[in-house]
Amino acid sequence: MSIDKQSPGVYAGFDHGAAFRQGLRDGIPIGLGYFAVAFSLGIAARGAGLSAAQGFVASLLTSASAGEYAVFTSIAAQATVWEIAVITLIANARYLLMSCALSQRFAPEMPFHHRLLIGTAVTDEIFGITIARPGLIDPYYTYGAIVVSVLPWAAGTSLGIVMGNMLPVRAVSALSVALYGMFLAIIIPPARQNRVVAGLVVAGFALSLAASLLPALRDLSAGTRTILLTVALSGAAAALFPVRDDHQEA
Amino acid sequence: MNSVNLCIAVMAGVTYLIRVLPLTLIRRPIQNRFIQSFLFYVPYVTLAVMTFPAIVEATQSPVAGALALAVGVALAYCGAGLFPVAVTCCAVVFAAELFLC
Repeated sequence: MSIDKQSPGVYAGFDHGAAFRQGLRDGIPIGLGYFAVAFSLGIAARGAGLSAAQGFVASLLTSASAGEYAVFTSIAAQATVWEIAVITLIANARYLLMSCALSQRFAPEMPFHHRLLIGTAVTDEIFGITIARPGLIDPYYTYGAIVVSVLPWAAGTSLGIVMGNMLPVRAVSALSVALYGMFLAIIIPPARQNRVVAGLVVAGFALSLAASLLPALRDLSAGTRTILLTVALSGAAAALFPVRDDHQEA
Repeated sequence: MNSVNLCIAVMAGVTYLIRVLPLTLIRRPIQNRFIQSFLFYVPYVTLAVMTFPAIVEATQSPVAGALALAVGVALAYCGAGLFPVAVTCCAVVFAAELFLC
């Protein structure tokens, strides 16, 4: 990457208005996708007893598909607040890595509050389009993408909560797999590139099925089973197949 | 009601900390190879565990969910993006349940 561009003064030369408009443009397809997926998330939120307003605020403040889904199903299963905290941590741990990668691409003289603001919405897709731009990050590009994608995300969640029971059972059944489809689109392409990831996906499917059937494990909540399997499988893989440095931005 | 609000607050707070702490505190890449590897594998395992068997249990007919899983994996393997894969999975379930239910 362009270390030579990291000289002081680069940030002052950014055209923030142009970057914001470009972020808006690049964020539109993301926003459309989020809206559709958030609708199915709203159906899960409805199952957890959230009102439309609660769903809107939850999605606006969190913007994390897998994390929110895990939390909503845990609320529905009467999880404790501690379980909610741990499942959020586990389901969203990948954002830690993404934020680490982003932190390397900020201009040293960029005002500190931009770090706090970008931290509100480091999603897979927003991270992806932000890190894909060359050179140092103009936070206004990311703000453009956030505005046009996070609002549909929150609105879609609300609509899913409100409309969930007005739709025919057939439509709800179909929409309920949208999130899983999105999860598959996140995990399968890296599994194709990386044999260890492929093995982990297959092992995750198999052990998750086993855990839902085995007498001792099936009585645990789905969220707890997710935590246990994630820590066990990821820990084993990290010990047996440590990744090289060049994987860390994946 | 209050406990739902509390859960939302905890979820939002923990998620924000996960995102903002590296942005503000860690100025260099994580050096520990085990933690680096663990964090690299975590998202894939979590999402795999949450997807199956849940996708088969979410639909009216388990067969429709299984078909959506198979088609979703195939499409994602061919490089389709998040939105196309999600929409196609929905369409597969809808079409399959016209016959199955």
